[in-house]
Parts: sequence; C-alpha cells; structure tokens
Amino acid sequence: MDQPLFDYTLGLADDALVSAQRMGWWISRAPELEEDVALANIGLDQLGQARTLLTYAGQVEGAGRTEDDLAYLRDDRHFRNVKLVERPMSDFGVAMARLLVVATYQSHLYAGLQGCPDETLAGIAGKAVKEVAYHVDHASHWVLRLGDGTPDSHARMQRALDAEWPYVDELFAPLAGALAGRVVDPSALRGAVLADLARVVGEATLTVPDVPPALGGGRDGLHTEHLGHLLAEMQHLHRSHPGATW
Amino acid sequence: MVDGTGAGRTRDWPLWEVFVRARRGLSHVHAGSLHAPDAEMALRNARDLYTRRGEGVSLWVVRASDIEASTPDERDSFFDPAGDKIYRHPTFYDVPEGVEHL
Repeated sequence: MDQPLFDYTLGLADDALVSAQRMGWWISRAPELEEDVALANIGLDQLGQARTLLTYAGQVEGAGRTEDDLAYLRDDRHFRNVKLVERPMSDFGVAMARLLVVATYQSHLYAGLQGCPDETLAGIAGKAVKEVAYHVDHASHWVLRLGDGTPDSHARMQRALDAEWPYVDELFAPLAGALAGRVVDPSALRGAVLADLARVVGEATLTVPDVPPALGGGRDGLHTEHLGHLLAEMQHLHRSHPGATW
Repeated sequence: MVDGTGAGRTRDWPLWEVFVRARRGLSHVHAGSLHAPDAEMALRNARDLYTRRGEGVSLWVVRASDIEASTPDERDSFFDPAGDKIYRHPTFYDVPEGVEHL
C-alpha cells in the first residue's frame, strides 16, 4: 500500500467529512430559512467531496474498506482532519469565519490538485474546485457584512476570527517527503491562502489576529476532545445497526 | 440579526422576487420570492433556493417593493376593454399552404 498517499487522501477526506458534519448542525438552526438552505447546500457539497475522497482512500489502501467503513468505523485516533474543523461551530460568526478559512484553503489546494499526476485526485479536485469557490463567496459576503455592520456584529465577527486563527497554522503542515511532486504540498499554499484571507478580513474592517498557533497533530490522529463527541453522534446509527440502508 | 432572541429578524430583511432564465433564448420567468438583507445576498439565496436542480442559467432579483402591480380593483378598467376587440388577434389571415413555421 502507498501509505503516504493513503494518509494524504484521508486528510483531505476527513477535513471535508468533519466540516460537513459540523455544518449539518446548522440545519434548522440558521438565522433565516434562506441561510438554512444555503448552509445545507454547502454541507452537502463537503459531504460529496468526503465520499469520493474516502472511496479513493479505500482503493489506495487496497484492504477492501468502503467509504462507509472509513467514515463510520474508525475511532478518533484514526481520523486525519485538522483540529480547525472539529471544534464546535454553534456561533454564526464562527461558522462563517471557519468556512472562509477552510474554503479558501481548499480552493487553492483543489486548484493545484487539478493538474497533479494522480488522475483520480485531479478529477475529484476538478469537481470540488467550483463548489468551494462558492463556499468562499458565501463566507466572504457574510464576513464583510458582519465585520462592516453594526458595532455588535463587528465585535462578534472579530471574536470569531480570534477563536479560529490559532488553528489556521496546522493547515500548512508540510507534505511527507515521499509525495513530493505527486500532490499539492500544503506548506506551499500558506502565502496565497493567508493573502486571500487578509484581503477579506481587511475589507470587512476587521483585524487579522496576531496569535500563536495552537498545538497541531490532527493529521497524526491527535485531536481535541470535541472530535470524539462529534463521531459518537455521526457514527452511532451505523454502529448500532450495521449494514442498515435507506 | 443573529441575536438569539428572535428580535429583529425576518421583518428587517426585505422581500425579493426571483426570476429565472431556464436557458439562452428564453425570457426570465418568475420563480418565487425570498428574504435577503441586500441584492447581492438575494442573488445568492436565489441560487440556493431556485436553481438547485439545474433550473437556470441566469437569475434576476427585484425588490418586491419596487414592483408596481395592478390591483384587483383595476381589473375592469385595465383588462375588460380588450375583451371585445377581436381584430387585435391575428386570426383573420389565411395561412398559405406549405408554411410550416408560423
């Protein structure tokens, strides 16, 4: 098995899967029905990306594991997502700050993967890149409106950025050496992603937080306590009723 | 607007009417309405609500309050006078034989 490619693909998949699960929390809770539908659409885009990536990870592994096996039957120590996406997201400002960061990162990552030698990853990225462009657009519009809105919305949007920013650094963890030249190296995206984020944050009259990075480790399976709770909810049905279908 | 109390919500967001063009060459057709804080967000909400299944290639949103509409009270004076003017309908022409695209 190509372990580095498996880990890399699983990292992309788990970022998308855990983001989708957090986004699903907003369904029925968004401030307006229209926003509810928008967030559900975005969550479903992320879930779709996760499904194709998990399926491919299963093929790379070659042990017969399906997307469902990988999504529902791994414990938190075997998830490879960054800590950014697993933390609770029950504040609308946090949700938009997080979506802005994740989607901006993914837009650069997928844009690069479109031209990579791995045809499957290139195909998945080609479809996803249009989806995440819309996610960036949606999050940007909200960050602009809340940041450049009332004093209250400005303060809350800034607090949301402050809460997310320590976890931005982990997105740019360098690539395992064996994959050099075969896929996109996240550490090479740092400048472009941070520049995009700074532009939106500045236009929204907000400040890019100057905070030390939080401890990473998500790509190695070292997560916050929040992931276990998220997985309990996400995996409960499948584990209680193995093989259940619609 | 997201203050958790429910105060200052939908009533602050104006109503927008959404028009969708299904494909090039057709007119935009009224699809429904939605609430949004401004025109840009209305366009995005329209995308999410009315073009989820590939219904369109172009969207218009118009603030509902900007639409001047005829009222039921005006129906008689607006529309009845056209009712008996059959010469306005192109029904008095003989269609020549062999003309297919008319």
